[in-house]
Amino acid sequence: MARAAVQRRLTWQVATVDDVVHETPRVKTIVLDVPDWPGHRAGQHLDVRLTAEDGYRAEREYSIASAPGEPVAITVERLEDGEVSPYLTEELRGGDGLELRGPIGGHFVWGPENGGPLLLIGGGSGVVPLRAMLRHRERAGNDLPVRLLYSSRSLDDVIYREELDAASGGVVEVIYTLTREQPPGWTGHARRVDSELLNEVAWPPDEDARAFVCGPTSFVETVADGLVALGYPPVRVKTERFGATGR
Amino acid sequence: MSFVSRGFRGRRRDSDADPNRVPPGQYVTDGFPVLSAGPTPHTPLEEWTFSIANGGERKSWTWEEFRALPSETVTVDIHCVTRWSKLDTTWEGVSVDTLLEQVEHEAPYVLAFCDGGYTTNLPIEDVTDGKAWVAFVYDGEPLDPEHGGPARLLVPHLYFWKSAKWVRGLALRDENEPGFWETYGYHLYGDPWREQRYSGD
Repeated sequence: MARAAVQRRLTWQVATVDDVVHETPRVKTIVLDVPDWPGHRAGQHLDVRLTAEDGYRAEREYSIASAPGEPVAITVERLEDGEVSPYLTEELRGGDGLELRGPIGGHFVWGPENGGPLLLIGGGSGVVPLRAMLRHRERAGNDLPVRLLYSSRSLDDVIYREELDAASGGVVEVIYTLTREQPPGWTGHARRVDSELLNEVAWPPDEDARAFVCGPTSFVETVADGLVALGYPPVRVKTERFGATGR
Repeated sequence: MSFVSRGFRGRRRDSDADPNRVPPGQYVTDGFPVLSAGPTPHTPLEEWTFSIANGGERKSWTWEEFRALPSETVTVDIHCVTRWSKLDTTWEGVSVDTLLEQVEHEAPYVLAFCDGGYTTNLPIEDVTDGKAWVAFVYDGEPLDPEHGGPARLLVPHLYFWKSAKWVRGLALRDENEPGFWETYGYHLYGDPWREQRYSGD
């Protein structure tokens, strides 16, 4: 196992919101100008801290949506019963300050030095750290084959759709599955990821693919179990989950 | 002057929970979120053992032997480094005291080891004197594999990553050797009341 120790102290700093990008009706990408950013790896996350005037605070963590070398960005899905995500998606605008610290995490990361081919499987906003990996691969001029399987409720809920459609082609395959609602004439997959779909999409185990799975717990559980059942060694399947945490 | 987030008021969703039970930066959840780094291991009970590794020596229990040990039911609050806390969770498990009683040692640290290769380090005084268990029942039911079943460590006074899932044993150590998440920059000790999330906190 790679033992890339990150023992630097993480201190809070105030970043400035550079841009807020509308991704879907519920999702926005917040592009940040972070004065003292040490750099990050694709797949890492950061902590956000909100402070009210009376000192009340709420903290959450978010996956970094941008590739190493790009301005730091997070992509946030508004959760109806959330406390932090409605603020980030509805209230925050260009020029505002946002307190954060990071980057955090060193397990769910990929760089060209980690090899491939790559199998990226995301459910809903679980696509965010996978998008960072995809962009990193592209920017690094890496030509490892990659397959992204992205499960979304509907086509309108697909985050980064234009970018993913543009990236798709050649050794980059982007495969959507729309679980709840499909547009007229949809010929793609239209169900939750199951073992049959994995069998169809995943690299055969002897390709020694690096699999990254991110999404809600039940999604990650099904996909990770499915990949192990296909013959993927558990150490090749890295996971990141969103629980029912009310973020 | 400290920073204020323009327009943020906060929902203070934890107002009905006793604030003295919620560490700084945490919020209370009724769910039981799952966090782990890889696929859920499924070790059959007939292959499962729990071991105390003491230098070259090893004391092991099969599942049957382990379950024959005296167990305790405890109700505790748990705190995940990802900021959720869950109050009044009920577990049944074997006290780590009961397991360590059977081994002669003076080691100052343990490294818990697990199926899937996960490890976490703890000072011996944090797993003795009724502070830690190897738990196999949660809320009256056998512990679900995604929550660490058949058995997980339960060290409720530290952040929950220290309560290693799928635990298979404790290695007694002379040094405080960082475990899996600790190597990736998480705090070596992890006290939620001092917000020891990351190295240097």
